[in-house]
Amino acid sequence: MTMSANETPLLELRKLEKRFELDQGFLETLKFRGGKFVREKRDVHAVNGVSLQVTRGEALCVVGESGCGKSTVARLIAGLLTPSSGEIHYEGTRIDDKSRHDLLPMRKKMQMIFQNPYASLNPRMTIKQALEEPVRYHNRALSRGDVEAKVADVMQSVGVDPSWMGRYPHEFSGGQRQRIAIARALTVDPEFIIADEPISALDVSIQAQVLNLMLEAKEQRGLTYLFITHDLSVVQHFGTRVAVLYLGSVCELSDTATLFENPKHPYTKALLSAVPQLKDDKPSHIRLKGEIPTPINLPQGCPFQSRCAHANARCMSETPRPLTQPDGSMVACHGVEEDRLLS
Amino acid sequence: MSLLSVRDLTVKFAMRDGNVTALNQVSFDLARGERLGIVGESGAGKSITGFSLMNLLSSPGYIADGTIQFQGQDIVNLPDAKMRNIRGNRMAMIFQDPMVTLNPVLTIGQQMVETLKAHRRLSKAEAEQIAIMKLRQVYIPSPEERLMQYPHELSGGMRQRIVIAIVLLLDPELIIADEPTTALDVTIQADIMELLLELCQSAKVGLILITHDLGVVSQMTDRTLVMYAGRIIEAGSTREIINDPQHPYTQGLINALPQQTAPGQRLKQIPGSMPSLTAVPKGCPFEPRCAFATDVCRSTPPEIVRHAHVEVACHEVNRLHAPQQEGQSA
Repeated sequence: MTMSANETPLLELRKLEKRFELDQGFLETLKFRGGKFVREKRDVHAVNGVSLQVTRGEALCVVGESGCGKSTVARLIAGLLTPSSGEIHYEGTRIDDKSRHDLLPMRKKMQMIFQNPYASLNPRMTIKQALEEPVRYHNRALSRGDVEAKVADVMQSVGVDPSWMGRYPHEFSGGQRQRIAIARALTVDPEFIIADEPISALDVSIQAQVLNLMLEAKEQRGLTYLFITHDLSVVQHFGTRVAVLYLGSVCELSDTATLFENPKHPYTKALLSAVPQLKDDKPSHIRLKGEIPTPINLPQGCPFQSRCAHANARCMSETPRPLTQPDGSMVACHGVEEDRLLS
Repeated sequence: MSLLSVRDLTVKFAMRDGNVTALNQVSFDLARGERLGIVGESGAGKSITGFSLMNLLSSPGYIADGTIQFQGQDIVNLPDAKMRNIRGNRMAMIFQDPMVTLNPVLTIGQQMVETLKAHRRLSKAEAEQIAIMKLRQVYIPSPEERLMQYPHELSGGMRQRIVIAIVLLLDPELIIADEPTTALDVTIQADIMELLLELCQSAKVGLILITHDLGVVSQMTDRTLVMYAGRIIEAGSTREIINDPQHPYTQGLINALPQQTAPGQRLKQIPGSMPSLTAVPKGCPFEPRCAFATDVCRSTPPEIVRHAHVEVACHEVNRLHAPQQEGQSA
């Protein structure tokens, strides 16, 4: 393996792709064309060649609109989906081709938090059962008392009173439930957390509580995050680096501060300008033409070409490669490369 | 005369173990062409306010007290037939999820013509002409073709535009929009909001915008009501409320936004969560979460009174804004 850098990234995605078959049954693939039956399969191209590196201790945010493939990326990393092509490396070891059994030690290091805490906790298990299950599974040698102590300790750290252990999920509010979901991820002492829109389903005042909890856990436990969200103000606060995803491709990747001060990709610019601001009276957002094309028939050339005001003939035909800019950010845009976006 | 005048509106839900008060003495006015934002978290009573205004509350919810006057006419006790004349015609509502609002088995054209014919005497051809005009007004490309399409053939943003076009069909004087863009992406949200703002301004339509997003309220509305546990706790001009909130809850809500804290620093969170409507504290509903609560707050619910540039329901508002002074409370 050619790892030129002196430090191995914690997680590395190499040209990751995921296609979902749209027509699954034999009959669905049959089409009647020109007097003949032909077989034809259509794919949803959810993730198209995403390459990313996550270094230890950072919080990489992946942003984008619905359908851009951000949740699919999260699920691929967590091993809930298998990539169609490309590789996933964790601490230098390839993990996407491992069997379930070989992945077990990895799963302990890597945990996932989902958007909806109502769906991620089993309604028929008490909190105690739900929290103890992963601890037991990953540490068979622990005694009953140790497991209980571990769970009580984690509950304390997320601000849920351990004396409520015997209760069921429905007895808790949304914010508390999300804390419990976070606690469940933390019980096995992971080093890497994949959080898929963890605060989107919560109220504003509760969002702050949960975000604070995640920041605390990061500091105290030295966690690394991959944080999937559509909320740019959360990104600005939480992320150390940001990857902007559009139609399954990374269009811009840079430090959070750089991205917000000086966005370069036309899509990033439009996205940032669309966020409703508190103090600004005049909305001055960049209107995009049309809407996200379907990922079934990907547009030729640049994925953003159909909505971009700066698209030219090259953008229509040639897919832009991510190029490193002077300030260290990576941008996949012919316009930025040719330096013709200033108008 | 104001377009809408709500006085002491109280809504209750009859539950097995007694009545739950979902709205508690809510009063506000809306002038013609004015845009009012209602903000609050889930369970604050924002949507119930919207439903009450449209007279759409259904059992077990009912209006227990108070009046709603729409252009001088009381609509709380209006017979159904008369209310149907107003609803959808002179006031209309936009809901969060356009896929639920639109009928999946009817084409866009059928739904638009149906709405028009319910209120106006028009031929089908005339109705379609109006429909096409309205679709054009909300920037729907090739509206003639859209009339033939079903809702599932369109994207989320497009569907919400269609809903807005349907709402505009009968030129209402009041539009109630309940989280109209919450289900949509930011770039689409910005488009829809710009469109709503433009339409309301050009036709002098009154707008009640129900949302949890303070950013949206700030960009869209003239005045804002902040609701908490079924009550209005702060009301006033949107600029004043955003720039200088008076109620500790409003302050907390604004301060909790990530934009208000330097990146990576701890956010200023409000402790606890909103009380369930079955267990609202007997004093001020915000008291258990409030850092300034005193004995009065625990015993008596505060009245909403004029303070500085806004109206606030808080016993301690004077102390909050007086120069820092330590000592006896109450």
